[in-house]
Amino acid sequence: MEAMGWGRYPKAKADLIEPADAQSLQKFVASQKKSASCISRGAGRSYGDSALAGQLIGSRFLDSFLALDEQQHTLRCGAGVKLGDILKVCLPRGLFLPVLPGTKEVSVGGAIAADVHGKNHHRDGSFCQHVTQISLVLASGEVVSCSATQNPELFRASCGGMGLTGAIVEATLKLAPVPSSYIDQRSLVANNLQECFAHIEDNADSKYSVAWLDCLATGDSLGRSVLYLGEHSVAKNRKSDRKYHARSSIGVPFSTPSFLLNKSSMSLFNMTYYSLQKNKSRTSRLDYDNYFFPLDRLSNWNRLYGSKGFLQYQFVLPCEGALEGITTVLEKISKQGKGSFLTVLKKFGEANENLLSFPKSGYTLTLDFKNEASLFPLLDELDQIVLDHDGRLYLAKDARMSEAVFKASYPNWEAFMAIKAKVDPHNRFASLQSNRLGLTT
Amino acid sequence: MKVLIIGATSAIAKAAARIYAQQNCSLHLIARNGEQLEALSSDLLVRGAQAVSSSVLDLNKFAEHGKLLGAAIEELGGVDIALICHGSLPDQEKVEISFKQAQKEINTNGLSVISLLTELAPTFIEQHSGTLAVITSVAGDRGRQPNFVYGAAKSLVSTYLQGLRGKLLAHNVHVVDIRPGLVDSPMTAQFPKGPLWASPEQVAQKIVKSIQRGSHTVYAPGYWRAIMFVVRIIPDFIFKRLKF
Repeated sequence: MEAMGWGRYPKAKADLIEPADAQSLQKFVASQKKSASCISRGAGRSYGDSALAGQLIGSRFLDSFLALDEQQHTLRCGAGVKLGDILKVCLPRGLFLPVLPGTKEVSVGGAIAADVHGKNHHRDGSFCQHVTQISLVLASGEVVSCSATQNPELFRASCGGMGLTGAIVEATLKLAPVPSSYIDQRSLVANNLQECFAHIEDNADSKYSVAWLDCLATGDSLGRSVLYLGEHSVAKNRKSDRKYHARSSIGVPFSTPSFLLNKSSMSLFNMTYYSLQKNKSRTSRLDYDNYFFPLDRLSNWNRLYGSKGFLQYQFVLPCEGALEGITTVLEKISKQGKGSFLTVLKKFGEANENLLSFPKSGYTLTLDFKNEASLFPLLDELDQIVLDHDGRLYLAKDARMSEAVFKASYPNWEAFMAIKAKVDPHNRFASLQSNRLGLTT
Repeated sequence: MKVLIIGATSAIAKAAARIYAQQNCSLHLIARNGEQLEALSSDLLVRGAQAVSSSVLDLNKFAEHGKLLGAAIEELGGVDIALICHGSLPDQEKVEISFKQAQKEINTNGLSVISLLTELAPTFIEQHSGTLAVITSVAGDRGRQPNFVYGAAKSLVSTYLQGLRGKLLAHNVHVVDIRPGLVDSPMTAQFPKGPLWASPEQVAQKIVKSIQRGSHTVYAPGYWRAIMFVVRIIPDFIFKRLKF
């Protein structure tokens, strides 16, 4: 089959193996030749080539819940369980996932492998900081359990390890009790980037915080944005307090011609959005689905970028220099006549101990660009700005960063390689991305 | 609601069981693999099932059906829905040349279901309510070259259900025949997939809905009704030349 990530670029030929349970997955890995490389694939929501290889081990059937402890707030489940399924089960019991990315359609295994983050990173850290244990099938076919105390080195390499240490089959997560399934949202309009930074700093104690940015605004209004702050809403003693809000989504049935997404249409969208938000009421009570997953309402929205797909570009810059660095990036993009349809800015908290995890203290900006030949030189230039500011790119979104950029920005890559050499000396677990970044050959 | 699921670890059965679990039903599961049954039981409890019990049985042991079903229904405390899902997909080329193999497949996919229905019917007649739902296949609609042994076993069950439905009408017991088309599950892992393939979850949703509505013969997904209508009306002199 032809496989691709969520960005629909690049595409690669691959065999998809979908084991019926953890035992069959183990048998499959053990039975393979040393030369055959494979990588786990969860829900296919990483954007670039991190879940592409000759053989893909799909976790679709590893979707069982194993145990839920309502007193201890722990959940043990298979790697193929999607975050949305967990919410469906946990919300009626007053429990919530402590970290949620921008979609509920990701698998637990994928969320761990990419150590995903959410709108509350500045307070609660990333997904793996709430994972207490994982079961990993190694290249030998052996299953090992890892946690902060059991095989801690392997645990820190596998959390955020992009599936390169082995295939995650099961995990135990810590859940968070919440008063209701609603979020009280407050929005603050900023006329430029500096104002937006000030709003973020002023509201550092807010539980959730993320800013939408008009990437196409220039000059004095460069970086004009709307900051969305959120707090869990108190219960109103109604039946709907703990409701799981399943919302039907509208699908995009096929790739729309990519010329529809051009600078004028993007500019129109961003301008309209900004002016609508500017005059809207500043506080509102939203259900969690509306707050966390607005894009899930348009399933297959990735098709809007045309058949050639798109690239997401997410980087983080340390706080000092972030304002200047992000300004440079935005100016560069606008000078090259490019634009991003959706641009998101957020402040991260401290980095964790995981060797390849993306988040570190600073500001992160996410941009998406239609795939076209002229984009790649621009992204190379942006890489340089990111490196100059001691920043780095998110592996789950990357499809084109060079080995040099990666190794210069992820200082723990050698420590990671040392652990990888121990558990997978023949590089059985390798992706197109890991080959490109020089983590495997 | 009390639901009995036979062949519970198949992908479609599992997906249906999860829907019933979300509706806070009590379930009893029967399958061959004890380990998988245990895993499914804990999964269903987390998803909201009121109670889950299970028993291990190789369904080709017909003699044990009666006793086991009796015990299962007792453990469940009655039964509102019995859903029969088990089956195996044989390699047509092998079963064509070996009667022993063919017999085994017809036993699994055909006769074992008749045996289970025979044992279940009296309970339903006595309580004067409930639904018997059986998963057959579009393969039973017409004998096609690539899978006519499997198809023959499935059409045996479909024909039986047509008669049983009438027989049980007077007893207020409903009979549903569910005919899935191509389902993307571990059972069909070796086939290349195309646009006609459905997920086990889609089929399970259709099953639960059709049991609730009291449908009779259900194609899952629905477009298979149109496809199989065309397949059935092709004249034999043409049909015999078709390899699909």
